[in-house]
Amino acid sequence: MAVMTMIDAIRQAMLEEMERDERVILMGEDVGHLGGVFRATDGLQQRFTSKRVVDTPLAESVIMGSAYGLAMTGLVPIVEIQFLGFTQNCFHQICQQVARSRFRTRGEHPAQITIRSPFGGNVRTPEFHSDSMEALFAQSTGLKIVMPSTAYDAKGLLLESIRDPDPVIFFEPLRGYRLQSDEVPDGDYTVPFGKLRTIREGDDVTLVTWSASVPVVEAAAEQLAERGISAHVVDLRTLVPLDEEGLIAAVERTGRCVVVHEGPATAGFGAEVIALLQEQAFYSLEAPVRRVTAPDAPYPMPSIEHFYIPDTSLVMRAVDEVLKD
Amino acid sequence: MTTDTTPQFRPEPEPVAPVQLLDENGVLRDGAKPSMSDGQMLEALRLMVYGRAFDTKSFSLQRQGKLGTFAPLVGQEASIVGSALATDPARDWLVPQYREAPALIRHGHSALRIALYRMGHPEGGRIDPGVRVMQFNISLAAQIPHAVGLGWGMRMQGEDGVAVAYFGEGSSSEGDFHESANLAGVVKAPVVFFLQNNQWAISTPREIQSNATDLAARAPGYGIPGVSVDGNDLLAVYQVTAEAVARARAGEGATLIEAHTFRMWAHTTADDPTRYVNPEVKERWAKRDPVERIQKYLGTRGLWDDERTEALQAEVDAEIEAVFQQASAYPAPDANEIYRHTFADETPAISRQRNWHLGG
Repeated sequence: MAVMTMIDAIRQAMLEEMERDERVILMGEDVGHLGGVFRATDGLQQRFTSKRVVDTPLAESVIMGSAYGLAMTGLVPIVEIQFLGFTQNCFHQICQQVARSRFRTRGEHPAQITIRSPFGGNVRTPEFHSDSMEALFAQSTGLKIVMPSTAYDAKGLLLESIRDPDPVIFFEPLRGYRLQSDEVPDGDYTVPFGKLRTIREGDDVTLVTWSASVPVVEAAAEQLAERGISAHVVDLRTLVPLDEEGLIAAVERTGRCVVVHEGPATAGFGAEVIALLQEQAFYSLEAPVRRVTAPDAPYPMPSIEHFYIPDTSLVMRAVDEVLKD
Repeated sequence: MTTDTTPQFRPEPEPVAPVQLLDENGVLRDGAKPSMSDGQMLEALRLMVYGRAFDTKSFSLQRQGKLGTFAPLVGQEASIVGSALATDPARDWLVPQYREAPALIRHGHSALRIALYRMGHPEGGRIDPGVRVMQFNISLAAQIPHAVGLGWGMRMQGEDGVAVAYFGEGSSSEGDFHESANLAGVVKAPVVFFLQNNQWAISTPREIQSNATDLAARAPGYGIPGVSVDGNDLLAVYQVTAEAVARARAGEGATLIEAHTFRMWAHTTADDPTRYVNPEVKERWAKRDPVERIQKYLGTRGLWDDERTEALQAEVDAEIEAVFQQASAYPAPDANEIYRHTFADETPAISRQRNWHLGG
């Protein structure tokens, strides 16, 4: 067991799985010699050769589409799309071609592909690099959505993703790449999909979040505790499949809930969480469920991004509101 | 890098005449040496007639409301069948667009599944294990990257298979085509990009699709060779495809083939080409009919005659009748089919939705 950063945990997962399973290959822009623009694949091409760690031309659609063809020959591709914003250039290949392959062939052509992509703000990236687009992919049925927030989960969930027989989009929170470090076991372990993680137990209000927003919500919970408010905090880990039972139980425990995410509000994944609670946990609710999200505006220039992304003060304000209701 | 002080603006390359072995009257051209055997020609002719009859039957069922919208192949039989015959079903992959039914059948995909597909039955989407074809791809050009991955993946694993991607001149305007040709060049993927230039993308004519006068001439821009072929000449299509397949199999990479042909029927059963196709142009292409051309040639060789044409037609019609009867009698899908095969294992959300929908 060693303390490592999230990016090291991600690299470690790929390294171990590529050693274990020779069908696994890695492809994307700058993933080979350079080791990725964030070094998530550092040293992997040297270890596994340019046959298994492939620097591709700058063309996301054919990166995704050829990965699908590669999967049809029995290989297991891990595709790195350099920034989540660039997945729009291969949106059709991901959502229409890869995600529905199993369905349209009646189970005969499953696409075992893991799409890794960094996302999220507060790292002062140029335009088009920071958007949180999990809700767009959640509408794309057939795709699993994995959103780790710790190094432990990043490794365990990435190993689970690579082995999953269905296509997975694996969101890597940019801000957490090097800021987030925690204990990661050596060797093989997986974190199952569809099981949320309880970060802290509490009785007054339930805070539901995932990935990049987890540290913000944890900090808010700390500050709430200082004010004598006991927050129950859960990290959903995977949005598809969603741990419906775990989510409902977590909210029933306190009867009050705030959902926090970095993507825009309208039709964001928070809306889905709240709809589910309304259907399945309505009679346990003491107050309307609130959400803290980015506004319905495009991701802004870096100098004002901290106003765009939910911060602890907004989370605490929402908690105060649900406690008053 | 050698440099120069004077700019050298490259002109567009002169179009190269398409390869043709049989002229429009089915006469072998001087110096032409067909590489197809007599047996292959007869096999191809049967598939061509089968493809046309399959569409004729489908069209009639569509007009009776028993079958959905589909894209017919009539006029393009030599392109589709000649190229397919140059592949080996045991090791090569066919990656179709949507007009290539006889190519898929020759590759081992069942005609019943194609009939079910046209009737909108989910089982029409199934690809039986071991059959190296991809499902039709109605989202144009999206299938081309898949072929690159298939070819590349086989090569990575030491197999000598080749992937053939079918698409049209309209699809060649899509980014997926350009990205695919470029990547195939870089990784030397064993792929044949088989561009069927049938002159029409629904109502949009070839001239509007690209200012390039020769689509095959784009190939060197991706670092791969390109070749033009008379798409209504079975022998020529087979010959150039066989060469492209052989190159790919030998590790020499991808080829772009532009087959010049004409869509004689509507784009789909939902289209009305009388609104945009000049009847005189269509008439000119009718004289180049791919089926009649190979029949004439086989006739001069004593391998074909009117009696055989009639016998083949009757045989093929009976077979197709049986396929569609079987498809009509196929058990109707139940609502539960919607809830199957989104994932290997059902998610809680899908289970909940199924239970509510089907439990009430």
